[in-house]
Amino acid sequence: MAELRCTRESCGNALVELGKANQDIVVLSADLAGSTKTDDFAKAFPERFFNMGIAEANMMNTAAGLAVSGKIPFATTFAIFASGRAWEQIRNTIAYGNLNVKIVATHGGISVGPDGASHQGIEDMALMRLIPGMTVLVPCDAVETPKALVAASEYKGPVYVRLARLKIPVITQLTDSFVIGKSNILREGSEVTIIACGVMVAAALTAAEALLKENIKATVINAYSIKPLDTENILSYAKKTGAVVTAEEHLAAGGLGSAVAEVLAQNYPAPMEMVAINDRFGQSGEPDELMKEYHLTADDIIRAAKKAISRK
Amino acid sequence: MVTLTTDKIEKLKSKAKTIRQHIIRMIRQAGSGHPGGSLSAVEILVALYFNKLKINPKEPKWSERDRFLLSKGHAAPVWYATLAEAGFFPVSQLDTLRKMGSILQGHPDMKRTPGVEMSSGSLGQGLSISNGIAIAGKLDKKSYRVYVLLGDGECQEGQVWEAAMASAHYKLDNLCGLIDYNGLQIDGPIEKIMSPLPLTEKWTAFGWNVINVDGHNIEEIIAALDKAETVKGKPTMIICRTVKGKGVSFMENKHGWHGKAPSAQETEQALKELN
Repeated sequence: MAELRCTRESCGNALVELGKANQDIVVLSADLAGSTKTDDFAKAFPERFFNMGIAEANMMNTAAGLAVSGKIPFATTFAIFASGRAWEQIRNTIAYGNLNVKIVATHGGISVGPDGASHQGIEDMALMRLIPGMTVLVPCDAVETPKALVAASEYKGPVYVRLARLKIPVITQLTDSFVIGKSNILREGSEVTIIACGVMVAAALTAAEALLKENIKATVINAYSIKPLDTENILSYAKKTGAVVTAEEHLAAGGLGSAVAEVLAQNYPAPMEMVAINDRFGQSGEPDELMKEYHLTADDIIRAAKKAISRK
Repeated sequence: MVTLTTDKIEKLKSKAKTIRQHIIRMIRQAGSGHPGGSLSAVEILVALYFNKLKINPKEPKWSERDRFLLSKGHAAPVWYATLAEAGFFPVSQLDTLRKMGSILQGHPDMKRTPGVEMSSGSLGQGLSISNGIAIAGKLDKKSYRVYVLLGDGECQEGQVWEAAMASAHYKLDNLCGLIDYNGLQIDGPIEKIMSPLPLTEKWTAFGWNVINVDGHNIEEIIAALDKAETVKGKPTMIICRTVKGKGVSFMENKHGWHGKAPSAQETEQALKELN
């Protein structure tokens, strides 16, 4: 059983490390320093931490002003507020100006749990992905999260990093690479390619293991870079396996599945199934109950894989 | 603080006249644009660019420069004309306003125009951005000051007040806001559409030092800018009472001239009045 760790906690630690290494790193929070785990940075570097209060639009534009002055601001809040409340500030000021702002959004997806639909960001990847020039990263565990933050800080331009709320299994190694625009092949199989991001990568691995017991060999791709997407790997494995499943804790509309579909439809229209939320809002409940209700489990990936294979 | 000579004041007034002529010509040439709120802000930009700002037009990104942001981005023509007159780019570029491939976009684009600190056009965002620049200045112990021009109608945007709260909270005394209080917005008088008044009391309540001036009196604006620099521990807002369409009789105080280009005949008359 893999160790369970919280991506937002490892994010908090990573920000402190980044802050030690680079004086230009500053962190902004919208009254969620505790929940987003940026309070560690606040303690370590109080002069470089700015609590902007409950005012996300103002926070994003303040980050823009800091970025244009040579700072590397990390603006943090929940996914729904970062991508939703402040969307137009991100679009018109941060992205249009190609400013060096890093948006770190915790509480992505419905596994946020009991807080319910208002706090479950299920459309944030879509909202960020469609902005010209925006980079969207979704690390899959607590080991990959610091790498995403380092990559974001080294990249010149706006980046959106999506994190989950819960403790999730650690499935990657410290030595695994993390390059914006690339992906990692976690296992190879000849019959179906499962492309997943975030918390669904662990489910994809579980599904692949179960499929193998039925003698169905699956490739699993950790597509941590939603934008730019690793089209090379995706096309290469779509061709090798002839069937594709995407898995994400997000609406089917506009997220990883949509991004993969755009690539396949134009280059290699293989049978494809999407494991994602189907045009519904979330609700209160325990995370595992919600993942079942919204068809975001390893079993759902298994069913989707078999269906995709049957359509070859 | 330097006392202005009569000669200097006359030069600034003459600069304002030239800039108004540019505004009319370039909007006529473009066939669209925003003359009303450009003409109302001329003296404000003249006072800043030709007397107050520490800038080097030959080195627009000079790290020690004072920053000016136009939060009411639709008044781009007055900014472009001022930047051209200040030497950031050739005056001949003004003819390309709003044309395909131009460095002068319909609303300011920082990636294209030398001297344009930040892109704008979507109202309500400039003060928040200015806060970020002012905070960075304090972090880096720089002596530059940050100036931002807002519209009075723009103060209807909720984000302006989020930002106003933050500027005072972080004691950004290196920040100076200016409001082009011309009293009109696209659909009509601000008080009729959605009154943001009283401005003085609101900004004071939000923790700002507030100065009211005649926004077409260059000496008054300069005196206020000098005063703002001496106020410590809080930001200053200079509320500039202005006339929308100032200088062109048929445009003055007419909200219909918010975003409309003059005809050939109107251009001729306007330029005659501005001569």
